Amino acid sequence: MNAVPETIIRTEHLSRRFGSLVAVSDVSLEVRRGEIFGVLGPNGAGKSTTIRMLCGILDPSGGKGTVVGYDIARESEKIKQRIGYMTQRFSLYEDLTVAENLRFYAGIYGVPLLTRAARVRAVLEQTGLTARKDQLSGTLSGGWKQRVALACATIHEPPLLFLDEPTAGVDPVSRRDFWERIHEIAAGGTTVLLTTHYMDEAERCHRLAFIFHGELLDSGTPDQIIERRKLAVVELEVDRAHEAADVLRAHPDVEEVAHYGHVLRVATRNGRDPAALARELLRAFAISNVRAARATVEDAFVAMVRAEENHAPRAD
Amino acid sequence: MMVVLPVLQLLLFGYAINTDVRHIPLVVYDQDQSAQSRDLARTLVATGFYDLAGEVRSYDEIERAMRTGSAKVALVVPPRFASDLQKGTPAQVQLVVDGSDPQTVASATNTAASLVTARAMTMMLARIARSTGGVATAVPLSLEPATWYNPELRTAVFIVPGLIGVLLTMTMVMLTAMALARERERGTLEQLIVSPVKPVEIVVGKIIPYVGIGYVQMTLILLAGWFVFQVPVIGSLPLLYALAFVFIAANLAVGLFFSTIARTQQQAMQMSFFFLLPNILLSGFMFPWEAMPRPAQMLSQALPLTHFLRIVRGIVLKGSSFQDLRTELLQLVVILTVLVTFASLRFRKKLV
Ligand SMILES: Nc1ncnc2c1ncn2[C@@H]1O[C@H](COP(=O)(O)OP(=O)(O)OP(=O)(O)O)[C@@H](O)[C@H]1O
Ligand SMILES: [Mg+2]
Repeated sequence: MNAVPETIIRTEHLSRRFGSLVAVSDVSLEVRRGEIFGVLGPNGAGKSTTIRMLCGILDPSGGKGTVVGYDIARESEKIKQRIGYMTQRFSLYEDLTVAENLRFYAGIYGVPLLTRAARVRAVLEQTGLTARKDQLSGTLSGGWKQRVALACATIHEPPLLFLDEPTAGVDPVSRRDFWERIHEIAAGGTTVLLTTHYMDEAERCHRLAFIFHGELLDSGTPDQIIERRKLAVVELEVDRAHEAADVLRAHPDVEEVAHYGHVLRVATRNGRDPAALARELLRAFAISNVRAARATVEDAFVAMVRAEENHAPRAD
Repeated sequence: MMVVLPVLQLLLFGYAINTDVRHIPLVVYDQDQSAQSRDLARTLVATGFYDLAGEVRSYDEIERAMRTGSAKVALVVPPRFASDLQKGTPAQVQLVVDGSDPQTVASATNTAASLVTARAMTMMLARIARSTGGVATAVPLSLEPATWYNPELRTAVFIVPGLIGVLLTMTMVMLTAMALARERERGTLEQLIVSPVKPVEIVVGKIIPYVGIGYVQMTLILLAGWFVFQVPVIGSLPLLYALAFVFIAANLAVGLFFSTIARTQQQAMQMSFFFLLPNILLSGFMFPWEAMPRPAQMLSQALPLTHFLRIVRGIVLKGSSFQDLRTELLQLVVILTVLVTFASLRFRKKLV
């Protein structure tokens, strides 16, 4: 067993076509050992396809990559011994109990027979599943199923963990618990690559990658990504908010206007001061409570997708 | 699929249904070795209903030929056949028929009987013409039919062992094809192939429980056949169970192959039915194999069931030994090897 390299994932111009459809196109990225790396992108962007190629269960149609130091095209079986993968629709064997599912995955992931029982017990303990170990997996609620799935994917203590939308359809409290687990796992030295559609989760990652139509638009820390968009944001209250939003959107320096209850959130680009611009454009409206706000990953995400859609209109 | 299937069905039925059984393999036990006896055998073959499979020297050899399946009919010509005919003493030839396949028995017996009768008539006419007086002679030549293995010609005897093969084909192929398609549909296959587990471990792990199920099914049919339909097993049970393993494995490999193509359980099911059809029609389960045209026979050689039917009928009904069934077993093993190679080449630990 070789040491886990500092750059645990490295891809160069990775691509995958399905017939005429280009699902992943020219993706080059690096993931460092020990980080929580988030992959963001709209539906069909190619996130799952990328993960599958990294796991060695889908052959790339172009480019190359190494995972845990092994080539994804030629050494996929070596990779498989060193990763855990929670698929997007991770399905437990529903007619097995929680403990049986864990034992099964311990078996196929090659956890030695001698330590298997102890390992299963430890994971049950860590994930708070001990009380439910004899429950049939099919009868668990969504949040608990995800926990068991995570437990199954980490039963063999892999140095690298792929989680494809692990918190989809999970309530906020369970999501929070789930993220605590992810941070615990990462603290133990495991690298985690995950996908999500939740922007609050994106902010909890060390670094992010944005994929759109199979192409990598940007990657870096959340702050870097926000920084690069050069966005400035204000929140303000205004009467006739809907009309006001339309007026704002018509200006070329306004990146994004969003409603939050009574509050309008206005983001500008090109270094324009959003408060000044809003006051200027909305003279005919009654504005109050203007306050500067921090640009978020969500702002950056929307800005990137918008820019891409405007600059490169696509046939589909 | 929906259009091709019925058309194919029709073709298969058309090919297979031919109750007029021709080309029944025949051995001749000629104890006389005279011009007359050879002439009789030659005429019999010339009808096109029999294919000469060889000469034998004893009843034991007839039995052996029948147990291996190389002959289904034997013509036995007694010693002094020619001299009896010469002297006018009534001569009798014997036609031994393998009764384990009742459908061929009628054809086999009728043709020979009418031929012998016709020949007897000709002789009588000639004799009458020759004799100046009106001496009425007894029938100079007659045929004595003897049916071995299933003298009462009960259909159950024929069907029960065959049913084992058909049922195993159906369940084994379908279960395996569905099992992996189900994992694919549910998404658990993706979880399996991303683990370091070896393809052969996945495959064997999936298959082994079904081998058990296959043996249980076989045992149930054998018991029912024995106690309900009075079809006892004449040959060796351990031999039957041992050879059945090759057959079961072959069908599992077919199912596995299907599961590598099918994306859904429904497709897997359709493929299994599609496979079952030629098995039932062409293997000799329903219609006599000898009655089928050459192309259908050649196609059926590639089906595991064709060979297993001969094995199971041989052991259950005729007490065939390992030696008797060697060639069938060999062909089955060849099919199994090809299937397993195909299936494992197609089964990769990849998604697409
Ligand atoms: N096996 C396949 N055959 C054909 N097309 C596929 C296959 N897998 C994925 N695709 C297509 O590739 C594109 C990318 O799919 P992918 O599942 O990677 O997207 P994603 O980013 O994971 O989306 P989501 O957020 O909805 O999970 C989609 O257009 C999808 O339809
Ligand atoms: Mg996905």
